[in-house]
Amino acid sequence: MKATPLSNCERRFLLRAIEERKRLDGRQCYDYRNVRISFGADYGCCIVELGKTRVLAQVSCELVPPKPNRPTEGILFFNLELSPMAAPGFEPGRQSELLVKLNRLIERCLRNSRCIDTESLCVVAGEKVWQIRLDLHLLNHDGNIIDAASIAGIVALCHFRRPDVSVQGEEVTVYAPEERDPVPLSIHHMPICVSFAFFQQGTYLLVDPSEREERVMDGLLVIAMNKHREICTIQSSGGIMLVKDQVLRCSKITAVKVAEITELIQKALENDQKVRKEGGKFGFAESIPNQKITAFKMESAAVNTNNVEEQAEEIITKADPPSEVFAKPILHTPGTAQIGEGIENSWGDLEESEREEAAEEESESEAAAFECQTVETEDTSTMKETKKDEPIVLSDSEEEEVVILEPQELPRKTRTQTNLKQENTSKKAFTKRRRKKRAAY
Amino acid sequence: MAAPELLSDEGYRADGRRPAELRKIRARMGVFAQADGSAYIEQGNTKALAVVYGPHEMRGSRSKALPDRALVNCQYSVATFGTGERRRRPRGDRQTGELALQLQQTFEAAILTQLHPRSQIDIYVQILQADGGNYCAGVNAATLAVMDAGIPMRDYVCACSAGLAEDTPLADLSSPEEAVGGPRLVLALLPASGQIALLQLSARLHQERLEAVLEAAGQACRALHAVLDRVVRERLREVTALLGD
Repeated sequence: MKATPLSNCERRFLLRAIEERKRLDGRQCYDYRNVRISFGADYGCCIVELGKTRVLAQVSCELVPPKPNRPTEGILFFNLELSPMAAPGFEPGRQSELLVKLNRLIERCLRNSRCIDTESLCVVAGEKVWQIRLDLHLLNHDGNIIDAASIAGIVALCHFRRPDVSVQGEEVTVYAPEERDPVPLSIHHMPICVSFAFFQQGTYLLVDPSEREERVMDGLLVIAMNKHREICTIQSSGGIMLVKDQVLRCSKITAVKVAEITELIQKALENDQKVRKEGGKFGFAESIPNQKITAFKMESAAVNTNNVEEQAEEIITKADPPSEVFAKPILHTPGTAQIGEGIENSWGDLEESEREEAAEEESESEAAAFECQTVETEDTSTMKETKKDEPIVLSDSEEEEVVILEPQELPRKTRTQTNLKQENTSKKAFTKRRRKKRAAY
Repeated sequence: MAAPELLSDEGYRADGRRPAELRKIRARMGVFAQADGSAYIEQGNTKALAVVYGPHEMRGSRSKALPDRALVNCQYSVATFGTGERRRRPRGDRQTGELALQLQQTFEAAILTQLHPRSQIDIYVQILQADGGNYCAGVNAATLAVMDAGIPMRDYVCACSAGLAEDTPLADLSSPEEAVGGPRLVLALLPASGQIALLQLSARLHQERLEAVLEAAGQACRALHAVLDRVVRERLREVTALLGD
């Protein structure tokens, strides 16, 4: 399915708001959305919500022969998938540019930064090593997929426990979780990605862009850092021209944000650990009654209405009163009135076009008559009463009985009166028509 | 496994260069007669070839044509014989796909695409021998090729890689230096304005060191720009001499 394009006025509105340093959800330029981390029942499964963006991460492991050029290291495999449930624009099976970009970023952030000790994953050198597979699924796309995915990835890796293994000579024994407690992976540090969106050729900068902001941005800069202030990866994309100072400033902002997020992650992991140890309930099922995962809760935003009345009154008193619209019907021939003037007919002397014009004028006057306010006049009251007795014939076809409109020549037929409902007509126009009718007869 | 010394005690690198020294650069423009523009560059042992076709009519789907500017279509591939071990896939894997996207992004920003609406410019980069700084050599070759094709650009796009050995930033990393696993920064710069068209960093680098490494990469790009400029002017002299006065 094709994604809905962004309308020009929405784009302009967003850019103007950003110029005034305002964001749609009320955040400041450097504010992150709320990060919520929930764990599943199994080790290594978690869901991270960054605002409304949701990513599910799952870690699994397998014993495989190692790569020939690295016989003593385990294998890491990362995979990010953009599920069609995340956004209408995502299609299954199609390798889009975005997917390639995101996958490469996740790989660079987690693999090249050596956050996981691969040597510890070796069981028998040259024969058996652990292959750790991290699968990330995007469940809802509301902007800034890479940040949510990197948080989900590192949290899942920290949460994961692999089965314990013992080697006696040539024999390798893999213990089931019931026999021996599973062992966590050895993780040196936690790299977190922070995204910066640039607008107006780099003049304005926003942290954690939402989906709308991403659509109007010029370019994106992603910096991945850990809490020791080591940059794990930087990637600029989107064709913006950066200046060195901007990059340095962004790296300083990243350090602050990463510290906050790492603290949050630590707390979440500790909480989960505590709940499991105490034998409490854990897993996604537990969060259903709390409406954490399956419900899409709208948080009501508090609106300050303290001095709305005063403000409104001020605006009203200052504004000019609306000008009254006077409907002045123009008489063409008896039975025809026109309110408002159309443009000169530029089609030439064609009978058909004049007929069509006549029909259009008719409908125009009828519509105008419908909308006009009723005006009390004494003269018309008697005439109205007499007309009420006559049956109203509604003709479906607009074409029949249409006469060429020639002023002062042919009397208009009574088509006008048949289509008008008595209650809605303008008495003024009505009177004029009635008078014309009388004049004709 | 002890990492090999990147910088010896006297301050020389493994191949005898100083920390801020670039490898020897040899470049030729107008290598192919068929293509609109072509260039070949050698940076040390890294050899890259770039070919440019365009601006021409949109091939394939007309619907992808942009109404106000040209579309830049890039392809990046490493020859199967280019690396130490024979590569099974010259292109099509994620890494080369990402590099092709980055190439497109870099050149879309540098080429004046507004001058050729509804048309397409193709840039094909082939790495014949990969010895470190492959992507940078590709970008430099592509710059020369685009100039050879006569497509107007804002400025040269010069790319260079930089790394860190202890506290000293190194410019223009070779393959053994990259294999050590230290931080590697790839920078594509428009030298006149100092604007960064592409910035990519892999492996860990402390935030305090970022500025030094960025500066080293920037200097290297400017030095590269001087060399490329000389090559272009030489070529121009050649061509005008051939055409006659």
